[in-house]
Amino acid sequence: MRPFTYERASTPRAAAMAARMSGAKFIAGGTNLLDLMKLEIEAPTHLIDVNGLALDRIEATEDGGLKIGALVRNTDLAADPTVRKDYPLLSRALLAGASGQLRNKATTAGNLLQRTRCAYFYDPNMPCNKRQPGSGCSAIGGYTRSLAVVGGSEACIATHPSDMAVAMRALDAKVETVQSDGSERVIPIAEFHRLPGDTPHIETALEPGELITAAVLPKSIGGKQVYHKVRDRWSYAFALVSLGLIVHRDGTGRVALGGVAPKPWRDETAEAELPRGAKAVTAKLFARAKPTEENAFKIQLAERTLGAVLADARAEP
Amino acid sequence: MRSSDSFQVTRRDLMIVGATAIAAHAAPAVALDQPADLADLTAARPESFFPMVGFSVNGEPRSMKVDTRTTLLDALREHLHLTGTKKGCDHGQCGACTVMVNGRRINSCLTLAVMHEGDSVITVEGLGSPANLHPMQAAFIKHDGYQCGYCTPGQICSSVAMLKEVEAGVPSLVTEDLTTSATASLAEFRERMSGNICRCGAYSNIMEAIAEVAERKA
Repeated sequence: MRPFTYERASTPRAAAMAARMSGAKFIAGGTNLLDLMKLEIEAPTHLIDVNGLALDRIEATEDGGLKIGALVRNTDLAADPTVRKDYPLLSRALLAGASGQLRNKATTAGNLLQRTRCAYFYDPNMPCNKRQPGSGCSAIGGYTRSLAVVGGSEACIATHPSDMAVAMRALDAKVETVQSDGSERVIPIAEFHRLPGDTPHIETALEPGELITAAVLPKSIGGKQVYHKVRDRWSYAFALVSLGLIVHRDGTGRVALGGVAPKPWRDETAEAELPRGAKAVTAKLFARAKPTEENAFKIQLAERTLGAVLADARAEP
Repeated sequence: MRSSDSFQVTRRDLMIVGATAIAAHAAPAVALDQPADLADLTAARPESFFPMVGFSVNGEPRSMKVDTRTTLLDALREHLHLTGTKKGCDHGQCGACTVMVNGRRINSCLTLAVMHEGDSVITVEGLGSPANLHPMQAAFIKHDGYQCGYCTPGQICSSVAMLKEVEAGVPSLVTEDLTTSATASLAEFRERMSGNICRCGAYSNIMEAIAEVAERKA
C-alpha cells in the first residue's frame, strides 16, 4: 500500500470540499477500496473518512418512497422492515451478495461504486484500460468466461459486479449527491453508471470530489419481486448472470440483469415483451450483444433463468 | 508491483525520505516545479502519516501510534500482540480475520485501525479463556470443528456474531419469507457462514458445533 494521510470529515459538504485535492478519495466501508489499495490498483494520497457523517438513516419520503442514506450498511438495508415489505427485490439482491462480514461493513453508496472483478483489472502485470488508460485490454482475446456479453467496447469488456445496483436499476432509484462546490444534484440510476466506450476508467457520472449522500426509491410499484443469481458457487460468489424481476398479475413488469454488462442491464423496450415470455425479452436485451466463444452461454443462461423465474412467479399465488 | 513503474521513485517517496534532510539543511520544504498537492504539503509532516488512535479491545482501552496504512488486523496482531486473530488471505475472502466491532462481525483485514477511534473490538481472546471457554469454543472442541485450526478463531467469532444476527431477525439469502423472522436452521447457518473458509474441510463438524450452541440458546 502507498502512504496516505487521513482525515475524518464532519459534514458532507466539508468532505466534498476536501476531496478536491488531487489524490484524495472517500472511504466508507472500505471493503473494496482497501482491497484495491493493497494491490496498488488504487493509490490515494489522502483518505477522507465519511463514516462520521449522519448519512446512515432510512427515511420515508413525502411521495411515499424511501430515502436510503449513503452510509446505510448492506445488512441494515436488507433487514429494514419497509424494504422487506415494499422492495423485497432490494433485500434479496443485497442478501445474494458478498458474505455476512462484508455486508456488515459495505455501504449503499460504496456498493454502487464497486469496481469490476475482471481478473485482468486485478492483475497489475497485465495491460488494462480501466486501471491504466491507454495500456490496452488483456481481456479481449484473453479468458472471458465471466466478462460482459453486451455493452462492452473495443477498450473494455468488464462487468459491473454489484447485485444491489441491479435491484436499484429495476426499482428506478435516484442517486443524490453533493459536489465539491457545495451544490447538490440528483442522478437517475440509469444515467449513473457509464458504458466503457473509449474511456473505461470513467465508470460513473460523478464529478471529481462529488459525494453520494443517498439513494432514493420511488413509491413501491408492488408486483411479485424476485432476485435470482446464477453463479459457480451457491454462496459468496459473483454472478455469471443475475436477474431482478418485478412482475404484475397482467404479465407486465420490469427486468434488469447483472453479470452480463458493464452496468446493470435494463432496456424498457425489452421488458415490454414480458407478457410474451422470456425469449422475446432476451432477444431485445441482447440484440447488440457481442459475446465471445467463452461467454456466449450467458445469453442462453439469461433467457432460461428468466423463463424459469417467470414460470415460478406465475405458478405462485 | 506494476512492471512499468516498479523502479520508479515517486516525488512523494523522495519527500518522505528527505524530510529529515530538509530539516537539517533548513532548505525550503517545497521546491517543486509542479503545483503543490496534498502529498507535497504533508510530506514534511511525517506525523500526518502516523496518527494516534484509541479503541477498546476485549474491554480494555488501548491506544497506539499507527501508520495510516495499518489494518485493524495488523494493529491487533503486530501492535497489541493479540495473535489469536489470523491473517489468511488479507483480502476479505477467507474470514480468518473475523472479529466483532461494536457487536458486529467484520473482516479486520479490510478496515483501517485509524477508522476505529472509540470503537469496541472483541477478538477470540476476549470471548473466553482456556479455563473459562465460551460455549462456542467448547462446542468446537467437543465436535472437532477444525483440523489445522488456522481458520478457527475467525469461525468462532463469526458464528457467535452470526447467531446474534439470526436472533435480531436479520434475514439471509435462504430465508423463505422476508416478512417473518428467519428460523435457526442448518441451511441458515451454512449460508450465513459462507464468508468463513476452512481449507481442511471441517465444515460438517463446524455446523454441529454451531447447531449445538444455537439449540442450547433456544
